[in-house]
Amino acid sequence: MIALLARDLRLAVRAGGGFGLGLSFFLIVIVLIPFGVGPETGLLGRIAPGVLWVAALLACLLSLDRMFALDFEDGSLDLLVTSPLPLEGIITVKAVAHWLTTGLPLVAAAPVFALLMNLPGHGYFALVLSLLIGTPALSVIGAFGAALTVGIKRGGLLLSLLVLPLYVPTLIFGAEVARRGAESQPYTSPLLLLAGISFAALALLPMASAAVLRVNLR
Amino acid sequence: MASIWEYANPLKFMRTTEAALPFIGWAAALCLGVGLVWGFFFTPDDFRQGSTVKIFYIHVPSAMMAINIWVMMLITSLIWIVRRHHVSALAARAAAPIGAVMTLIALFTGAVWGQPMWGTWWAWDPRLTSFLILFLFYLGYMALWAAIENDDTAADLTSILCLVGSVFALLSRYAVNFWNQGLHQGASLSLDKKENVADVFWYPALVSIAGFVLLFVALVIVRTNTEIRARRARALMARERLG
Repeated sequence: MIALLARDLRLAVRAGGGFGLGLSFFLIVIVLIPFGVGPETGLLGRIAPGVLWVAALLACLLSLDRMFALDFEDGSLDLLVTSPLPLEGIITVKAVAHWLTTGLPLVAAAPVFALLMNLPGHGYFALVLSLLIGTPALSVIGAFGAALTVGIKRGGLLLSLLVLPLYVPTLIFGAEVARRGAESQPYTSPLLLLAGISFAALALLPMASAAVLRVNLR
Repeated sequence: MASIWEYANPLKFMRTTEAALPFIGWAAALCLGVGLVWGFFFTPDDFRQGSTVKIFYIHVPSAMMAINIWVMMLITSLIWIVRRHHVSALAARAAAPIGAVMTLIALFTGAVWGQPMWGTWWAWDPRLTSFLILFLFYLGYMALWAAIENDDTAADLTSILCLVGSVFALLSRYAVNFWNQGLHQGASLSLDKKENVADVFWYPALVSIAGFVLLFVALVIVRTNTEIRARRARALMARERLG
């Protein structure tokens, strides 16, 4: 499993896809927002938590379709499935690799982008914390969507249609934590709910993804 | 002993449903006609809402159907996963577009009612928002059915999507409650008599709900049987090409 993780990470970094692309997309969305709503700093600061969360979500979505598709095309997915590793484990590893190359950089870069969006100073901790806890759920849910659409040619658009509604609860609680943090309100309860979604998704969704992937490889 | 699983046989299913279809269809037409005409012309205007209250006879049944159709799809998907009866998967597929249309009707009539009553076509109220999300789930489900060539693969994938989607739809339903306080009133129809609307509105609403349910059953039967026939035709053509 560790070897698989290392392989996926190496592929993401070296093969010129995924890594960095999500981050750049995140930056572009953040740059576009002020053009859309105007450069007034008060307004930007107020919408910053929500905009940062939506941007992170879209950036996550961008690299989902390559999670299984490349391995599916060159046949290495078949090899992985026939290996002694449980398929659920393979999917979890793939989701973790996706998170390490997409989610974690977003979390690390969020404070810088929050600066661009003029987020109030006391909101940084809640924002980073909410992204740190919430983005794993995005990767795991995304893995389910990617497994669903792996056999479909040009499934990217379908993937977003399938995955985005599933992202709604995560987005609501994540953005709520960030918003309350920015307004100096207590945010324990949405944070706990967000963590609940993340852990439940991590524990249960790989089973569904594995079932779907087995159907697709039949 | 007769068992419900006998209807997993497409032939038996088609024979029974085709025989029942005219009755269900006419009953649906009758109930809808009586319920809507009664509701529109023979009930008094509401004390505060005036005649706008009459949209209730379309809005409430379609909203109930929108949710219950998803539940029906969930059950038929489970039956497909567990017992692999094709009719079940086809019924789920047949129900999805009807559910999407019901959701759209509920949203549309709600908007038309909300404009004079709340002063706005749309508000990000929990109920409204969760209905919009439900609509997106229907769209995704139908898109997945349409995207996959192999029928059995499509049935498997969409069933699992339906199961996972149900969990997330429920989560979203309560998450949006957390996110925004509502403008929408509470339940207008419940079995608890104290919370109900007055009897003059209640009876035509019941008839109209029965009409919507019957209409849905009739449409699902027609659509499922059409799909069974289409598959049979495809199989025949494939056999002819081989032979």
